Amino acid sequence: MALPAHISATAAGANSRQPVYALVGNPNCGKSTLFNALTGLKQKVGNYPGVTVEKKVGTAYSQHGQPITVIDLPGTYSLAARSPDEAVTRDVLLGRRADTAQPDRILCIVDATNLERNLYLVHQILDLGRPVILVLNMMDLATRAGLEIRVDQLEKLLGIPVIACEALYQRGLIELKLAMSRADLPLARHAWTVPAAIAPAVSEIAAALVEGDRKSPLVARAEALLLLTDQDSVRVAGSTPLSPRTTEILRAWQSRWTQEGTDWAGTLVSSRYDAIGALAAEVVQLRTEVGPSASDKIDAIATHALWGWVVLGAVMTLLFFSIFTLAETPMNWIDGHVAALSDTIKSAMSPGDLRDLITDGAIGGVGGVLVFLPQILILFFFIGLLESTGYMARAAFIMDRLMSRVGLNGKSFIPMLSSYACAIPGIMATRTIEDPKDRLVTILVAPLMSCSARLPVYLLMIAALVPGERVPVFTKVGIMLFMYGLGTAGAFFFAWLFKRTLLKGEPPLMIMELPPYRLPGFKDVALHMLERAWIFVRRAGTVILGISIILWFLSAYPKAPEGATPTAQLAQSFAGRAGHAIEPLIKPIGFDWQIGIGLISSFAAREVFVSTMGVVFNAESSAENTAPLRTALLSAKWPDGRALFTPLVCFTLMIFYVFAMQCMSTIAVVKRETNGWKWPIFQTLYMTGTAWILSFMVYQGGRALGF
Amino acid sequence: MATASFISLSQLPVGASAILRDFPKAGTAFLRLREMGLLAGTSLTLVRTAPMGDPIEIKVRGYHLTLRKSEADHIMVEPSA
Repeated sequence: MALPAHISATAAGANSRQPVYALVGNPNCGKSTLFNALTGLKQKVGNYPGVTVEKKVGTAYSQHGQPITVIDLPGTYSLAARSPDEAVTRDVLLGRRADTAQPDRILCIVDATNLERNLYLVHQILDLGRPVILVLNMMDLATRAGLEIRVDQLEKLLGIPVIACEALYQRGLIELKLAMSRADLPLARHAWTVPAAIAPAVSEIAAALVEGDRKSPLVARAEALLLLTDQDSVRVAGSTPLSPRTTEILRAWQSRWTQEGTDWAGTLVSSRYDAIGALAAEVVQLRTEVGPSASDKIDAIATHALWGWVVLGAVMTLLFFSIFTLAETPMNWIDGHVAALSDTIKSAMSPGDLRDLITDGAIGGVGGVLVFLPQILILFFFIGLLESTGYMARAAFIMDRLMSRVGLNGKSFIPMLSSYACAIPGIMATRTIEDPKDRLVTILVAPLMSCSARLPVYLLMIAALVPGERVPVFTKVGIMLFMYGLGTAGAFFFAWLFKRTLLKGEPPLMIMELPPYRLPGFKDVALHMLERAWIFVRRAGTVILGISIILWFLSAYPKAPEGATPTAQLAQSFAGRAGHAIEPLIKPIGFDWQIGIGLISSFAAREVFVSTMGVVFNAESSAENTAPLRTALLSAKWPDGRALFTPLVCFTLMIFYVFAMQCMSTIAVVKRETNGWKWPIFQTLYMTGTAWILSFMVYQGGRALGF
Repeated sequence: MATASFISLSQLPVGASAILRDFPKAGTAFLRLREMGLLAGTSLTLVRTAPMGDPIEIKVRGYHLTLRKSEADHIMVEPSA
């Protein structure tokens, strides 16, 4: 072969089947960036059925316009999977998933600055006997680190196309696409000798897998090696349990080795690293010794015992400052336009139920979702930014010790913190947590962090609790901070409780790579943000729209006599009756049926409580000016003439809002992320139950003390 | 070379380098650490500990890795001169 393999080849024939590539690589090696660069916006994002792992499939086009399907598999360090995400990668590559055909070819991407560890996965993948293309990403950073990588030599040693690439800057993509569209791809020439002590076991188990488990011979060898690498054979087998005969052979070898004192797994891993070390010695040369890298210098501050906290605090302050200030203008804009649209329709259509359904039900409902979109977009943007720059891992590193007190690890920190803005992005960010139990615990407690939809309720209740214009601002801020603190404490308490009882498991590990700091790929961050926001609009939006229409119906029917005020209409509607129906339940915590209507309407979104109270008590109010509503609330009475909104009731109502699960969108997202109704129902019950019990204690305790 | 000169990774002072000598054979954590390149004979450097003392950050095979002290306690290393 005179020319490098990937240049001399011809493009795939027009009549050949469209090839399917799987894209695999370690985390942090630029896999998503390459996927985005290859497929552009031609991506389909979904879920693998049965597990909550994102399935991304895209189409790349060869230089000749031939479509090439690319499946972006979750990042992993090894085929010996530890998390549901990694198990998907392993199962797709081994052709075990019924919903995803085994890819014809594999695109392996590695971080050129860190070739040795990255090649471990490549080494396992070469065992699969499929054509592989190796992509050396971040070549620029490797050069900057003083490394010289001889790409042609690596290509010669492995016998597969090796493409140098800088995915972030779109460099090397043409060469890569040329290689991908080749009709024939060579199989790896790289011969790896399995250590003599283990080789007979590998062939015996592989033979049993072919006979007993009907595996294809090529996959069988890889599976046998995997079974011997991970000692937990049940975990390796995953959804396809081993035949009794294979299990028997495996057990026999394991007990023999145990007696002999052979560490078979260790031997296998070591021999792979020996082979990789020999490769690396021929391919990588440290040309120039460079001093501490930029990352080392940044980390000297960013993870410093004192400055680390300052940086973390500053980053989080900036995050929340952006969410609450930058989002304000677009939120007002959306609010204004939704209201204007509603008014236009109101004046264009003749009065009637259809008009009200469109304006109050549908438009009001969609508006209720859209108004949160700016905050959610900013939050997703920041999460994406923190991930792509590498700071996310540092935040987890710093917070791990604190999180370990309640049995979680540092990776739960960002999802919980994000939930102060909105639980939905927080819950969606839990996908970075590997351990399924830790992930579930984080999902269960995240909505206890006071989200921004609770803020209007707190503000209204504080205004009613401490009326008067000259109340020290400290009192108001103090009550507010108390509520935020209470929610946080509740989240940590329940995390601790669940980790000890319901979701008991091994203490979480904190084996995590701290990737070098990198400039963010804004295109990738933006794409990630839009993807997430779209999921929010689709999942939460449809639910809220439905709930809004139902709530509208409940408050519009049955009809009050002609000419009744909105307040009278609401009072005798289904919603009003529902308020009456739940009154016996909420009376012990100091709420009457009118507050009950507010609690029910909060299921659309908690801040709806404020506007519902406006209708119930017939007071015009807006988020900026709660004064008329406050006055109306303070004059509200029980039938026997006692004041309804006593300071104690206001306080109790806030406590209730801290803990109760009243957000349908969150319930919908939890259902999606936990793959069923079991956990969202449990979550609703435990949160609302806690809210009721604590409210009862506060209200009755307060009354006993004479408040 | 006497085993007595080995210390656990969690006892290694910040900034010091060492060669990994011994490692528990079982356990998910240790399997993953092995697969990430921590093997007998691998040299590593303790870069720093987190602000609250745990976890620790090591440099191994040219990249940075964190692990908790509860795992580091079981990893025996020989400090380099």
